[in-house]
Amino acid sequence: MISNLELIPGKRISKHLGLVQGSTVRSKHVGRDFMAGLKNIFGGELKGYTELLQDAREEAVARMIEQASSVGANAVLNVRFSTSSITSGAAELFAYGSAVVME
Amino acid sequence: MPDIITFLILLALGYGFGQWFERRHYRSIREREQEFKDLLIIQTKIIPSSFSSGHETFLVNGSVVISVDYFKRFVAGLRNLVGGRVTPYETLLDRARREAILRMKEEARASGADVILNVKYEMCSIYKGRRNSIGSVEALAYGTAFLPIKTTAGER
Repeated sequence: MISNLELIPGKRISKHLGLVQGSTVRSKHVGRDFMAGLKNIFGGELKGYTELLQDAREEAVARMIEQASSVGANAVLNVRFSTSSITSGAAELFAYGSAVVME
Repeated sequence: MPDIITFLILLALGYGFGQWFERRHYRSIREREQEFKDLLIIQTKIIPSSFSSGHETFLVNGSVVISVDYFKRFVAGLRNLVGGRVTPYETLLDRARREAILRMKEEARASGADVILNVKYEMCSIYKGRRNSIGSVEALAYGTAFLPIKTTAGER
């Protein structure tokens, strides 16, 4: 279970297992870049980028979950997301939270 | 001379399409905000006592990347000389945030949630262009959705 609350109502935390995290760095391909260039003139939503970042974020969360299950947690609480653009063309997506065992 | 013509064409295209996109987007935002009005967003970590049990929780998020148009960037560039409110960018960020919230609500609604708790925003500008001017901005909204447990609900 993934949640960005610190406590889940009706559930008790039996064990804290520390911080878990997952991250991924993605860059876009040339086709998308070209479309984005056009859109920078006209304005509007960059659907390709939205999908790209959403995919990348899902991957970051999946990696976080993988790490959480490897330490034996069944839930990750207080999840936060963070995005940073490293260079023009690549972005890092990062998800972190505290792994716990819940009953 | 050709440079000036290109510039003016880009400016006109940016103004025309940019304004059109923006108006259309705002109209759709307003419609959908009306539609999702009853899905509450509570900006707190403390869970209201009425939700204390019999609910399932999971993370929902919504994100959008919106690009600035040529005209807006030009106006913002002029604004940088004198300072003050940069209205073109204000509407850009406003649209991005509201759209992100709406997408999050759509996801929550699709799985039958009542309320979303502890909503957080995250903004990220995607740099592009020669002078590192903001090309586009990503808005992400995420929170914990609560939904009533149904008898058929599986293990999460």
